[in-house]
Amino acid sequence: MKFRGKVHKFGHDVNTDEIIPARYLNTCDARTLAAHVMEDADAGFAGRVKPGDVLVAGKNFGCGSSREHAPLAIKGAGVACVVAESFARIFYRNAFNIGLPILECPAAAAEAQSGQELEVDADTGRITNLTTGRQHQAAPIPPFMQELVAAGGLMEYMKKQIQ
Amino acid sequence: MSRPMTIGEKILARASGRKSVAPGELILAKVDLCLGNDITAPLAIKTFEAAGGQRVFDRRRVALVPDHFTPNKDILSAEQAKVLREFARKHKLEHYWDQGECGIEHALLPEQGVVVPGQLIIGADSHTCTYGALGAFATGVGSTDLAAAMLTGKAWFKVPQTIKLEFTGRLPRDVGAKDLILLAIARLGVDGANYRALELTGPVIRALSVEGRLTMCNMAIEAGAKTGIVAPDAATRKYVTSRARFTPRYYASDPGAEYERVETFDVSKLEPVVAKPHLPSNVVPVSKAREIVIDQVVIGSCTNGRIEDLREAAKVLRGRRVSPRVRTIVFPATPTIWRQALHEGLLDVLTAAGCVISPPTCGPCLGGHMGILAKGERAVSTTNRNFVGRMGHTESEVYLASPGVAAASAIKGRIAAPREVRGADWARGVKK
Repeated sequence: MKFRGKVHKFGHDVNTDEIIPARYLNTCDARTLAAHVMEDADAGFAGRVKPGDVLVAGKNFGCGSSREHAPLAIKGAGVACVVAESFARIFYRNAFNIGLPILECPAAAAEAQSGQELEVDADTGRITNLTTGRQHQAAPIPPFMQELVAAGGLMEYMKKQIQ
Repeated sequence: MSRPMTIGEKILARASGRKSVAPGELILAKVDLCLGNDITAPLAIKTFEAAGGQRVFDRRRVALVPDHFTPNKDILSAEQAKVLREFARKHKLEHYWDQGECGIEHALLPEQGVVVPGQLIIGADSHTCTYGALGAFATGVGSTDLAAAMLTGKAWFKVPQTIKLEFTGRLPRDVGAKDLILLAIARLGVDGANYRALELTGPVIRALSVEGRLTMCNMAIEAGAKTGIVAPDAATRKYVTSRARFTPRYYASDPGAEYERVETFDVSKLEPVVAKPHLPSNVVPVSKAREIVIDQVVIGSCTNGRIEDLREAAKVLRGRRVSPRVRTIVFPATPTIWRQALHEGLLDVLTAAGCVISPPTCGPCLGGHMGILAKGERAVSTTNRNFVGRMGHTESEVYLASPGVAAASAIKGRIAAPREVRGADWARGVKK
Protein backbone atom coordinates (compact mmCIF):
# COMPACT_ATOMS: atom_id res chain seq x y z
CA MET A 1 0.00 0.00 0.00
CA LYS A 2 1.41 3.35 -1.08
CA PHE A 3 0.03 6.72 -0.11
CA ARG A 4 0.84 10.19 -1.31
CA GLY A 5 -0.65 13.15 0.49
CA LYS A 6 -0.37 16.55 2.03
CA VAL A 7 1.02 16.82 5.55
CA HIS A 8 -0.93 18.14 8.55
CA LYS A 9 1.55 18.51 11.38
CA PHE A 10 0.79 18.26 15.11
CA GLY A 11 2.98 18.34 18.23
CA HIS A 12 3.78 15.91 21.06
CA ASP A 13 1.32 14.10 23.35
CA VAL A 14 -1.75 14.69 21.20
CA ASN A 15 -4.41 12.96 23.29
CA THR A 16 -7.64 11.27 22.30
CA ASP A 17 -9.70 14.07 23.89
CA GLU A 18 -8.18 16.42 21.33
CA ILE A 19 -8.59 13.91 18.50
CA ILE A 20 -12.28 13.43 19.23
CA PRO A 21 -13.68 15.31 22.25
CA ALA A 22 -15.96 13.34 24.59
CA ARG A 23 -18.88 15.66 23.80
CA TYR A 24 -19.17 13.82 20.48
CA LEU A 25 -18.94 10.31 21.91
CA ASN A 26 -22.69 9.85 22.06
CA THR A 27 -22.36 8.20 18.66
CA CYS A 28 -19.99 5.74 17.00
CA ASP A 29 -20.84 6.76 13.44
CA ALA A 30 -17.52 7.33 11.67
CA ARG A 31 -18.83 10.11 9.43
CA THR A 32 -20.29 12.11 12.33
CA LEU A 33 -17.07 11.65 14.28
CA ALA A 34 -14.98 12.71 11.27
CA ALA A 35 -16.75 16.08 11.18
CA HIS A 36 -15.11 16.86 14.53
CA VAL A 37 -11.74 15.16 14.11
CA MET A 38 -8.84 16.93 15.86
CA GLU A 39 -11.27 19.68 16.88
CA ASP A 40 -9.70 20.50 20.25
CA ALA A 41 -6.17 20.53 18.83
CA ASP A 42 -7.03 22.53 15.69
CA ALA A 43 -10.64 23.64 15.27
CA GLY A 44 -10.26 24.19 11.51
CA PHE A 45 -8.71 20.82 10.73
CA ALA A 46 -11.89 18.90 9.85
CA GLY A 47 -12.73 21.58 7.30
CA ARG A 48 -9.28 21.56 5.69
CA VAL A 49 -8.34 17.88 5.62
CA LYS A 50 -8.75 16.15 2.25
CA PRO A 51 -9.01 12.43 1.59
CA GLY A 52 -5.52 11.00 1.14
CA ASP A 53 -3.81 13.55 3.41
CA VAL A 54 -1.22 12.40 5.94
CA LEU A 55 -1.34 13.27 9.63
CA VAL A 56 2.11 13.75 11.19
CA ALA A 57 2.76 14.14 14.92
CA GLY A 58 5.43 14.09 17.61
CA LYS A 59 5.83 11.56 20.38
CA ASN A 60 3.06 9.71 22.22
CA PHE A 61 0.33 10.34 19.66
CA GLY A 62 -3.10 9.14 20.85
CA CYS A 63 -2.40 9.10 24.57
CA GLY A 64 -5.24 9.12 27.07
CA SER A 65 -8.53 7.36 26.72
CA SER A 66 -9.08 4.02 24.97
CA ARG A 67 -11.80 5.39 22.68
CA GLU A 68 -11.56 3.65 19.32
CA HIS A 69 -13.58 6.61 18.08
CA ALA A 70 -10.21 8.42 17.77
CA PRO A 71 -8.68 6.31 14.98
CA LEU A 72 -12.20 5.90 13.53
CA ALA A 73 -12.61 9.67 13.25
CA ILE A 74 -9.19 9.99 11.57
CA LYS A 75 -9.98 7.16 9.17
CA GLY A 76 -13.48 8.54 8.60
CA ALA A 77 -11.99 11.89 7.53
CA GLY A 78 -10.11 10.06 4.79
CA VAL A 79 -6.65 10.45 6.29
CA ALA A 80 -4.45 7.91 4.49
CA CYS A 81 -2.08 7.24 7.36
CA VAL A 82 -0.53 8.66 10.51
CA VAL A 83 3.22 9.08 10.89
CA ALA A 84 4.47 9.91 14.39
CA GLU A 85 7.63 9.84 16.47
CA SER A 86 5.81 7.35 18.71
CA PHE A 87 2.29 6.19 19.57
CA ALA A 88 0.55 5.55 22.85
CA ARG A 89 -0.09 1.84 23.36
CA ILE A 90 -3.89 1.65 23.15
CA PHE A 91 -4.09 3.94 20.12
CA TYR A 92 -1.47 1.81 18.34
CA ARG A 93 -3.49 -1.32 19.01
CA ASN A 94 -6.80 0.26 18.01
CA ALA A 95 -5.42 1.65 14.74
CA PHE A 96 -4.32 -1.83 13.63
CA ASN A 97 -7.58 -3.36 14.79
CA ILE A 98 -9.66 -1.03 12.61
CA GLY A 99 -7.23 -0.90 9.67
CA LEU A 100 -5.82 2.63 9.93
CA PRO A 101 -2.21 2.48 8.72
CA ILE A 102 0.22 4.06 11.19
CA LEU A 103 3.99 4.29 11.08
CA GLU A 104 6.52 5.13 13.75
CA CYS A 105 9.37 7.22 12.31
CA PRO A 106 10.97 9.94 14.48
CA ALA A 107 13.10 11.36 11.65
CA ALA A 108 10.28 11.69 9.12
CA ALA A 109 7.90 13.05 11.76
CA ALA A 110 10.39 15.65 12.97
CA GLU A 111 11.23 16.83 9.47
CA ALA A 112 7.76 17.03 7.95
CA GLN A 113 5.92 20.35 8.04
CA SER A 114 2.33 21.21 7.28
CA GLY A 115 1.75 21.69 3.59
CA GLN A 116 4.61 19.43 2.47
CA GLU A 117 3.92 16.28 0.51
CA LEU A 118 4.78 12.80 1.78
CA GLU A 119 4.90 9.49 0.02
CA VAL A 120 4.45 6.55 2.36
CA ASP A 121 4.97 2.90 1.47
CA ALA A 122 3.17 1.11 4.29
CA ASP A 123 4.58 -2.29 3.26
CA THR A 124 8.26 -1.37 3.30
CA GLY A 125 8.04 1.53 5.78
CA ARG A 126 9.78 3.84 3.33
CA ILE A 127 8.72 7.46 3.78
CA THR A 128 9.73 10.07 1.21
CA ASN A 129 9.27 13.76 1.82
CA LEU A 130 8.55 14.85 -1.75
CA THR A 131 8.99 18.52 -0.82
CA THR A 132 12.49 18.16 0.65
CA GLY A 133 13.48 15.05 -1.27
CA ARG A 134 14.60 13.28 1.92
CA GLN A 135 13.90 9.59 2.52
CA HIS A 136 13.30 7.94 5.87
CA GLN A 137 12.79 4.38 7.08
CA ALA A 138 9.97 3.74 9.59
CA ALA A 139 10.19 1.08 12.29
CA PRO A 140 9.08 -2.22 10.75
CA ILE A 141 5.54 -3.35 11.53
CA PRO A 142 5.90 -6.33 13.92
CA PRO A 143 5.23 -9.68 12.17
CA PHE A 144 2.21 -10.37 14.38
CA MET A 145 0.63 -7.06 13.38
CA GLN A 146 1.30 -7.93 9.75
CA GLU A 147 -0.62 -11.18 10.34
CA LEU A 148 -3.53 -9.16 11.71
CA VAL A 149 -3.51 -6.94 8.65
CA ALA A 150 -3.21 -9.96 6.34
CA ALA A 151 -6.13 -11.71 8.04
CA GLY A 152 -8.29 -8.65 7.41
CA GLY A 153 -8.29 -7.21 10.91
CA LEU A 154 -8.55 -8.50 14.44
CA MET A 155 -12.05 -10.00 14.22
CA GLU A 156 -11.14 -12.14 11.23
CA TYR A 157 -7.87 -13.18 12.85
CA MET A 158 -9.64 -14.21 16.05
CA LYS A 159 -12.31 -16.14 14.18
CA LYS A 160 -9.53 -18.19 12.52
CA GLN A 161 -7.91 -18.77 15.91
CA ILE A 162 -11.00 -20.34 17.45
CA GLN A 163 -11.71 -22.58 14.46
CA MET B 1 13.06 -24.56 36.09
CA SER B 2 11.21 -21.59 34.66
CA ARG B 3 12.61 -18.09 34.86
CA PRO B 4 11.75 -15.97 37.91
CA MET B 5 8.69 -13.90 37.02
CA THR B 6 6.82 -10.82 38.14
CA ILE B 7 3.16 -11.03 39.23
CA GLY B 8 2.08 -9.74 35.85
CA GLU B 9 4.16 -12.29 33.94
CA LYS B 10 2.76 -15.11 36.10
CA ILE B 11 -0.81 -14.09 35.30
CA LEU B 12 -0.05 -13.82 31.58
CA ALA B 13 1.71 -17.22 31.63
CA ARG B 14 -1.20 -18.89 33.42
CA ALA B 15 -3.77 -17.33 31.07
CA SER B 16 -1.87 -18.37 27.96
CA GLY B 17 -1.25 -21.91 29.20
CA ARG B 18 2.51 -21.53 29.39
CA LYS B 19 5.03 -22.34 32.10
CA SER B 20 6.59 -18.94 31.71
CA VAL B 21 6.59 -15.83 29.58
CA ALA B 22 9.23 -13.16 29.00
CA PRO B 23 8.97 -9.48 28.05
CA GLY B 24 8.51 -8.94 24.32
CA GLU B 25 6.72 -12.26 23.68
CA LEU B 26 3.37 -12.11 21.92
CA ILE B 27 0.75 -14.33 23.45
CA LEU B 28 -2.88 -15.21 22.91
CA ALA B 29 -4.47 -15.50 26.34
CA LYS B 30 -7.83 -16.36 27.88
CA VAL B 31 -9.34 -13.39 29.64
CA ASP B 32 -11.08 -13.90 32.98
CA LEU B 33 -13.19 -10.78 32.51
CA CYS B 34 -13.84 -8.24 29.78
CA LEU B 35 -15.80 -5.04 30.17
CA GLY B 36 -17.09 -2.00 28.38
CA ASN B 37 -19.12 1.13 29.08
CA ASP B 38 -21.83 3.13 27.34
CA ILE B 39 -19.27 4.87 25.09
CA THR B 40 -17.08 1.94 24.09
CA ALA B 41 -19.44 -1.06 24.26
CA PRO B 42 -21.96 0.09 21.59
CA LEU B 43 -19.12 0.05 19.06
CA ALA B 44 -17.96 -3.36 20.34
CA ILE B 45 -21.50 -4.74 20.14
CA LYS B 46 -21.81 -3.45 16.57
CA THR B 47 -18.54 -5.20 15.66
CA PHE B 48 -19.56 -8.37 17.54
CA GLU B 49 -22.83 -8.56 15.64
CA ALA B 50 -21.26 -7.67 12.30
CA ALA B 51 -18.91 -10.64 12.78
CA GLY B 52 -21.96 -12.88 13.18
CA GLY B 53 -21.61 -13.21 16.96
CA GLN B 54 -24.52 -15.29 18.29
CA ARG B 55 -23.49 -15.68 21.90
CA VAL B 56 -20.85 -14.34 24.24
CA PHE B 57 -18.12 -16.77 25.29
CA ASP B 58 -19.24 -16.73 28.93
CA ARG B 59 -22.12 -14.65 30.29
CA ARG B 60 -20.40 -14.40 33.69
CA ARG B 61 -17.23 -12.93 32.24
CA VAL B 62 -18.59 -10.04 30.17
CA ALA B 63 -19.42 -6.94 32.25
CA LEU B 64 -21.23 -3.90 30.86
CA VAL B 65 -21.37 -0.69 32.88
CA PRO B 66 -23.36 2.28 31.57
CA ASP B 67 -21.57 4.94 33.59
CA HIS B 68 -20.27 7.68 31.29
CA PHE B 69 -23.25 9.63 29.95
CA THR B 70 -25.75 8.32 32.51
CA PRO B 71 -28.25 9.29 33.76
CA ASN B 72 -28.70 9.74 29.99
CA LYS B 73 -27.58 13.24 29.07
CA ASP B 74 -29.31 13.43 25.67
CA ILE B 75 -31.17 11.33 23.14
CA LEU B 76 -28.09 9.89 21.45
CA SER B 77 -26.56 8.78 24.74
CA ALA B 78 -29.90 7.30 25.77
CA GLU B 79 -29.77 5.24 22.58
CA GLN B 80 -26.24 4.08 23.41
CA ALA B 81 -27.24 3.05 26.92
CA LYS B 82 -30.17 1.18 25.40
CA VAL B 83 -27.80 -0.81 23.17
CA LEU B 84 -26.02 -2.05 26.31
CA ARG B 85 -29.24 -2.80 28.15
CA GLU B 86 -30.70 -4.84 25.31
CA PHE B 87 -27.44 -6.72 24.70
CA ALA B 88 -27.16 -7.51 28.42
CA ARG B 89 -30.72 -8.87 28.49
CA LYS B 90 -30.37 -10.83 25.27
CA HIS B 91 -27.19 -12.53 26.41
CA LYS B 92 -28.29 -12.80 30.06
CA LEU B 93 -25.13 -11.08 31.24
CA GLU B 94 -24.63 -11.62 34.94
CA HIS B 95 -22.71 -8.40 35.45
CA TYR B 96 -24.83 -5.56 34.15
CA TRP B 97 -26.12 -2.74 36.30
CA ASP B 98 -28.64 -0.03 35.55
CA GLN B 99 -29.43 3.18 37.40
CA GLY B 100 -29.82 2.68 41.10
CA GLU B 101 -27.27 -0.12 41.07
CA CYS B 102 -24.80 1.24 38.54
CA GLY B 103 -21.68 3.12 39.51
CA ILE B 104 -18.40 4.13 37.95
CA GLU B 105 -16.99 0.93 36.49
CA HIS B 106 -13.56 0.97 38.14
CA ALA B 107 -15.05 1.60 41.56
CA LEU B 108 -18.03 -0.69 41.04
CA LEU B 109 -16.34 -3.86 39.79
CA PRO B 110 -13.84 -4.22 42.66
CA GLU B 111 -16.55 -3.25 45.17
CA GLN B 112 -18.94 -5.89 43.81
CA GLY B 113 -16.25 -8.59 43.86
CA VAL B 114 -16.35 -9.04 40.09
CA VAL B 115 -12.67 -8.14 39.96
CA VAL B 116 -10.49 -10.41 42.09
CA PRO B 117 -6.73 -11.00 42.43
CA GLY B 118 -4.97 -13.02 39.75
CA GLN B 119 -7.45 -12.33 36.95
CA LEU B 120 -6.48 -11.30 33.45
CA ILE B 121 -8.83 -8.47 32.53
CA ILE B 122 -9.30 -6.32 29.47
CA GLY B 123 -11.61 -3.35 29.48
CA ALA B 124 -12.63 -0.96 26.75
CA ASP B 125 -11.70 1.91 29.00
CA SER B 126 -8.18 3.15 29.59
CA HIS B 127 -8.56 3.20 33.39
CA THR B 128 -9.08 -0.57 33.49
CA CYS B 129 -5.53 -0.61 34.88
CA THR B 130 -7.12 0.32 38.24
CA TYR B 131 -7.72 -3.37 39.07
CA GLY B 132 -4.00 -4.04 39.35
CA ALA B 133 -4.39 -2.68 42.87
CA LEU B 134 -5.87 -6.06 43.81
CA GLY B 135 -3.08 -8.04 42.14
CA ALA B 136 -4.89 -8.61 38.83
CA PHE B 137 -3.39 -7.95 35.40
CA ALA B 138 -5.82 -5.47 33.89
CA THR B 139 -5.38 -3.27 30.87
CA GLY B 140 -7.32 -0.89 28.66
CA VAL B 141 -8.09 -1.78 25.05
CA GLY B 142 -10.40 -0.54 22.32
CA SER B 143 -13.85 -1.63 21.22
CA THR B 144 -12.66 -4.13 18.60
CA ASP B 145 -10.53 -5.94 21.18
CA LEU B 146 -13.58 -6.08 23.43
CA ALA B 147 -15.72 -7.42 20.57
CA ALA B 148 -13.18 -10.16 19.87
CA ALA B 149 -12.95 -11.05 23.56
CA MET B 150 -16.74 -11.19 23.97
CA LEU B 151 -16.81 -13.63 21.06
CA THR B 152 -13.76 -15.78 21.75
CA GLY B 153 -12.81 -15.16 25.37
CA LYS B 154 -9.33 -14.34 24.19
CA ALA B 155 -7.07 -11.38 23.56
CA TRP B 156 -3.52 -10.94 22.34
CA PHE B 157 -0.84 -9.33 24.45
CA LYS B 158 2.76 -8.34 24.17
CA VAL B 159 4.32 -9.30 27.50
CA PRO B 160 5.48 -5.95 28.89
CA GLN B 161 8.69 -4.99 30.58
CA THR B 162 8.11 -4.01 34.20
CA ILE B 163 9.29 -0.89 35.99
CA LYS B 164 9.33 -1.22 39.76
CA LEU B 165 8.31 1.85 41.75
CA GLU B 166 9.42 1.66 45.35
CA PHE B 167 7.92 4.04 47.90
CA THR B 168 9.79 4.41 51.18
CA GLY B 169 9.65 6.66 54.23
CA ARG B 170 6.65 7.95 56.13
CA LEU B 171 3.76 9.84 54.58
CA PRO B 172 3.45 13.37 55.98
CA ARG B 173 0.00 14.64 57.00
CA ASP B 174 -2.24 15.65 54.04
CA VAL B 175 -0.09 13.68 51.57
CA GLY B 176 -1.65 10.53 50.14
CA ALA B 177 -2.10 8.13 47.25
CA LYS B 178 -3.07 10.83 44.75
CA ASP B 179 0.03 12.88 45.48
CA LEU B 180 2.24 9.79 45.17
CA ILE B 181 0.93 8.75 41.78
CA LEU B 182 1.08 12.33 40.44
CA LEU B 183 4.71 12.54 41.55
CA ALA B 184 5.46 9.18 39.93
CA ILE B 185 3.88 10.37 36.65
CA ALA B 186 5.91 13.57 36.87
CA ARG B 187 9.12 11.57 37.19
CA LEU B 188 8.27 8.97 34.53
CA GLY B 189 6.68 11.40 32.05
CA VAL B 190 3.34 10.89 30.29
CA ASP B 191 4.85 8.30 27.96
CA GLY B 192 7.63 7.14 30.27
CA ALA B 193 5.97 3.79 30.91
CA ASN B 194 4.49 3.27 27.43
CA TYR B 195 4.15 -0.50 26.70
CA ARG B 196 5.35 -1.27 30.24
CA ALA B 197 3.82 -2.49 33.48
CA LEU B 198 4.36 -0.64 36.73
CA GLU B 199 4.76 -2.63 39.93
CA LEU B 200 4.13 -0.51 43.01
CA THR B 201 6.08 -1.68 46.04
CA GLY B 202 7.65 -0.61 49.31
CA PRO B 203 6.51 0.00 52.88
CA VAL B 204 4.39 3.01 51.92
CA ILE B 205 2.32 0.90 49.53
CA ARG B 206 2.03 -1.89 52.12
CA ALA B 207 0.68 0.64 54.61
CA LEU B 208 -1.73 2.11 52.07
CA SER B 209 -5.39 1.04 52.11
CA VAL B 210 -6.79 -0.94 49.18
CA GLU B 211 -8.66 2.23 48.19
CA GLY B 212 -5.43 4.23 48.07
CA ARG B 213 -3.85 1.51 45.93
CA LEU B 214 -6.84 1.67 43.55
CA THR B 215 -6.27 5.44 43.23
CA MET B 216 -2.62 4.88 42.36
CA CYS B 217 -3.06 2.03 39.87
CA ASN B 218 -5.93 3.96 38.25
CA MET B 219 -3.47 6.57 36.99
CA ALA B 220 -0.77 4.18 35.70
CA ILE B 221 -2.15 4.88 32.21
CA GLU B 222 -1.28 8.57 32.65
CA ALA B 223 2.37 7.51 32.45
CA GLY B 224 1.43 5.44 29.41
CA ALA B 225 1.61 2.15 31.33
CA LYS B 226 -0.19 -0.99 30.28
CA THR B 227 -1.09 -1.61 33.89
CA GLY B 228 -0.11 -0.86 37.48
CA ILE B 229 0.13 -3.78 39.88
CA VAL B 230 0.35 -4.13 43.65
CA ALA B 231 1.19 -7.48 45.22
CA PRO B 232 -1.84 -8.75 47.14
CA ASP B 233 -1.37 -8.93 50.91
CA ALA B 234 -3.45 -9.24 54.08
CA ALA B 235 -5.27 -5.99 53.29
CA THR B 236 -6.17 -7.30 49.83
CA ARG B 237 -7.42 -10.60 51.23
CA LYS B 238 -9.56 -8.79 53.77
CA TYR B 239 -11.04 -6.58 51.03
CA VAL B 240 -11.65 -9.46 48.65
CA THR B 241 -12.83 -12.33 50.86
CA SER B 242 -16.26 -10.98 51.76
CA ARG B 243 -17.20 -9.98 48.23
CA ALA B 244 -15.40 -12.21 45.68
CA ARG B 245 -17.64 -13.60 42.94
CA PHE B 246 -14.73 -15.47 41.35
CA THR B 247 -11.97 -17.50 42.95
CA PRO B 248 -8.98 -15.29 43.69
CA ARG B 249 -5.45 -16.37 42.84
CA TYR B 250 -2.75 -14.68 44.88
CA TYR B 251 0.52 -14.18 43.06
CA ALA B 252 3.76 -12.61 44.23
CA SER B 253 6.78 -11.62 42.18
CA ASP B 254 9.68 -14.07 42.43
CA PRO B 255 13.00 -13.04 43.93
CA GLY B 256 15.21 -12.36 40.92
CA ALA B 257 12.28 -11.33 38.68
CA GLU B 258 13.39 -9.04 35.89
CA TYR B 259 12.71 -5.30 36.09
CA GLU B 260 13.64 -2.81 33.41
CA ARG B 261 14.56 -0.45 36.22
CA VAL B 262 13.67 0.53 39.76
CA GLU B 263 12.53 4.04 40.69
CA THR B 264 12.66 4.89 44.38
CA PHE B 265 10.59 7.61 46.03
CA ASP B 266 11.27 8.83 49.57
CA VAL B 267 7.91 10.24 50.62
CA SER B 268 8.88 11.65 54.03
CA LYS B 269 9.36 15.28 52.97
CA LEU B 270 6.61 15.56 50.38
CA GLU B 271 3.97 18.26 50.27
CA PRO B 272 0.51 17.95 48.69
CA VAL B 273 0.75 18.58 44.95
CA VAL B 274 -1.35 19.59 41.97
CA ALA B 275 -0.90 18.73 38.29
CA LYS B 276 -1.23 21.95 36.30
CA PRO B 277 -2.72 22.13 32.81
CA HIS B 278 -2.45 20.44 30.38
CA LEU B 279 -0.64 17.23 31.32
CA PRO B 280 -0.88 15.02 34.43
CA SER B 281 2.94 15.12 34.60
CA ASN B 282 2.97 18.91 35.11
CA VAL B 283 3.20 18.54 38.88
CA VAL B 284 4.07 21.27 41.41
CA PRO B 285 3.67 21.53 45.19
CA VAL B 286 0.43 23.25 46.22
CA SER B 287 2.57 25.99 47.79
CA LYS B 288 3.77 26.94 44.28
CA ALA B 289 0.24 27.29 42.90
CA ARG B 290 -1.51 29.28 45.64
CA GLU B 291 -2.21 32.28 43.41
CA ILE B 292 -4.45 30.25 41.07
CA VAL B 293 -8.07 31.40 41.49
CA ILE B 294 -10.71 28.80 40.64
CA ASP B 295 -14.37 28.55 39.59
CA GLN B 296 -15.21 24.90 40.20
CA VAL B 297 -14.17 21.92 42.29
CA VAL B 298 -14.99 18.35 41.38
CA ILE B 299 -14.59 15.58 43.95
CA GLY B 300 -15.17 12.03 42.75
CA SER B 301 -14.43 9.78 39.72
CA CYS B 302 -12.83 6.35 39.31
CA THR B 303 -9.68 7.92 40.74
CA ASN B 304 -11.04 9.51 43.93
CA GLY B 305 -14.73 8.78 44.36
CA ARG B 306 -14.51 6.13 47.09
CA ILE B 307 -15.62 6.43 50.68
CA GLU B 308 -12.15 7.29 52.01
CA ASP B 309 -11.95 10.12 49.48
CA LEU B 310 -15.30 11.51 50.62
CA ARG B 311 -14.19 11.24 54.24
CA GLU B 312 -11.00 13.14 53.40
CA ALA B 313 -12.98 15.93 51.72
CA ALA B 314 -15.60 16.05 54.49
CA LYS B 315 -12.91 16.31 57.15
CA VAL B 316 -11.66 19.52 55.56
CA LEU B 317 -15.14 20.90 54.84
CA ARG B 318 -16.79 20.06 58.18
CA GLY B 319 -18.19 23.22 59.71
CA ARG B 320 -16.90 25.40 56.89
CA ARG B 321 -18.35 26.86 53.69
CA VAL B 322 -17.03 26.67 50.17
CA SER B 323 -16.29 30.02 48.56
CA PRO B 324 -19.43 31.52 46.96
CA ARG B 325 -17.51 31.74 43.69
CA VAL B 326 -16.66 28.04 43.59
CA ARG B 327 -19.22 25.49 42.35
CA THR B 328 -18.33 22.35 44.28
CA ILE B 329 -19.64 19.08 42.88
CA VAL B 330 -19.21 15.79 44.74
CA PHE B 331 -19.99 12.56 42.95
CA PRO B 332 -19.73 9.39 44.98
CA ALA B 333 -18.59 6.62 42.62
CA THR B 334 -21.19 3.94 43.38
CA PRO B 335 -24.63 3.66 45.03
CA THR B 336 -23.04 1.71 47.90
CA ILE B 337 -20.55 4.52 48.50
CA TRP B 338 -23.36 7.09 48.19
CA ARG B 339 -25.40 5.31 50.87
CA GLN B 340 -22.37 4.80 53.08
CA ALA B 341 -21.65 8.54 52.84
CA LEU B 342 -25.26 9.20 53.77
CA HIS B 343 -25.15 6.92 56.81
CA GLU B 344 -21.86 8.37 58.00
CA GLY B 345 -23.29 11.88 57.79
CA LEU B 346 -20.75 12.92 55.15
CA LEU B 347 -23.42 14.11 52.74
CA ASP B 348 -24.80 16.32 55.47
CA VAL B 349 -21.37 17.82 56.10
CA LEU B 350 -20.74 18.34 52.40
CA THR B 351 -24.12 19.86 51.56
CA ALA B 352 -23.98 22.09 54.65
CA ALA B 353 -20.66 23.34 53.28
CA GLY B 354 -22.33 24.26 50.00
CA CYS B 355 -21.44 21.23 47.86
CA VAL B 356 -23.88 19.67 45.43
CA ILE B 357 -24.07 15.85 45.42
CA SER B 358 -24.35 14.07 42.08
CA PRO B 359 -25.48 10.54 41.33
CA PRO B 360 -22.61 8.23 40.36
CA THR B 361 -21.42 9.10 36.84
CA CYS B 362 -18.21 9.71 34.91
CA GLY B 363 -19.90 12.88 33.54
CA PRO B 364 -17.78 15.88 34.51
CA CYS B 365 -14.39 14.10 34.40
CA LEU B 366 -14.44 13.79 30.63
CA GLY B 367 -16.47 16.91 29.90
CA GLY B 368 -19.56 14.84 29.27
CA HIS B 369 -22.19 16.43 31.49
CA MET B 370 -22.94 17.45 35.10
CA GLY B 371 -20.27 20.12 35.48
CA ILE B 372 -18.85 21.41 32.18
CA LEU B 373 -16.42 24.35 32.25
CA ALA B 374 -16.98 27.56 30.27
CA LYS B 375 -14.28 29.46 28.41
CA GLY B 376 -11.62 30.78 30.74
CA GLU B 377 -12.84 28.85 33.79
CA ARG B 378 -10.59 26.86 36.09
CA ALA B 379 -11.29 23.75 38.12
CA VAL B 380 -9.50 21.79 40.78
CA SER B 381 -10.52 18.20 40.25
CA THR B 382 -9.76 14.86 41.88
CA THR B 383 -10.06 13.18 38.47
CA ASN B 384 -7.25 11.84 36.31
CA ARG B 385 -6.78 14.02 33.21
CA ASN B 386 -6.19 17.72 32.66
CA PHE B 387 -5.80 17.71 28.88
CA VAL B 388 -6.89 20.66 26.73
CA GLY B 389 -10.69 20.81 26.79
CA ARG B 390 -10.99 17.72 28.98
CA MET B 391 -13.74 19.13 31.19
CA GLY B 392 -15.25 21.62 28.78
CA HIS B 393 -14.13 24.60 26.71
CA THR B 394 -10.66 24.33 25.13
CA GLU B 395 -9.75 27.51 26.99
CA SER B 396 -10.73 26.11 30.38
CA GLU B 397 -8.17 24.65 32.78
CA VAL B 398 -8.06 21.62 35.06
CA TYR B 399 -5.76 21.19 38.06
CA LEU B 400 -5.59 17.61 39.36
CA ALA B 401 -5.35 17.08 43.10
CA SER B 402 -6.30 14.94 46.09
CA PRO B 403 -9.73 15.23 47.76
CA GLY B 404 -8.15 17.13 50.68
CA VAL B 405 -6.56 19.73 48.42
CA ALA B 406 -9.74 19.98 46.33
CA ALA B 407 -11.82 20.62 49.47
CA ALA B 408 -9.37 23.22 50.82
CA SER B 409 -9.31 24.93 47.43
CA ALA B 410 -13.11 25.06 47.35
CA ILE B 411 -13.11 26.91 50.67
CA LYS B 412 -10.35 29.34 49.72
CA GLY B 413 -11.50 29.99 46.16
CA ARG B 414 -7.93 29.34 45.03
CA ILE B 415 -5.57 26.39 45.10
CA ALA B 416 -4.87 25.62 48.75
CA ALA B 417 -3.57 22.89 51.04
CA PRO B 418 -5.72 21.54 53.91
CA ARG B 419 -3.38 23.09 56.47
CA GLU B 420 -4.13 26.57 55.15
CA VAL B 421 -7.76 26.08 56.08
CA ARG B 422 -6.88 24.73 59.50
CA GLY B 423 -4.44 27.61 59.87
CA ALA B 424 -7.08 30.20 59.03
CA ASP B 425 -9.40 28.83 61.70
CA TRP B 426 -6.60 28.86 64.20
CA ALA B 427 -5.75 32.48 63.33
CA ARG B 428 -9.41 33.51 63.73
CA GLY B 429 -9.61 31.69 67.02
CA VAL B 430 -12.20 29.17 65.81
CA LYS B 431 -12.01 25.95 67.76
CA LYS B 432 -12.08 22.73 65.76
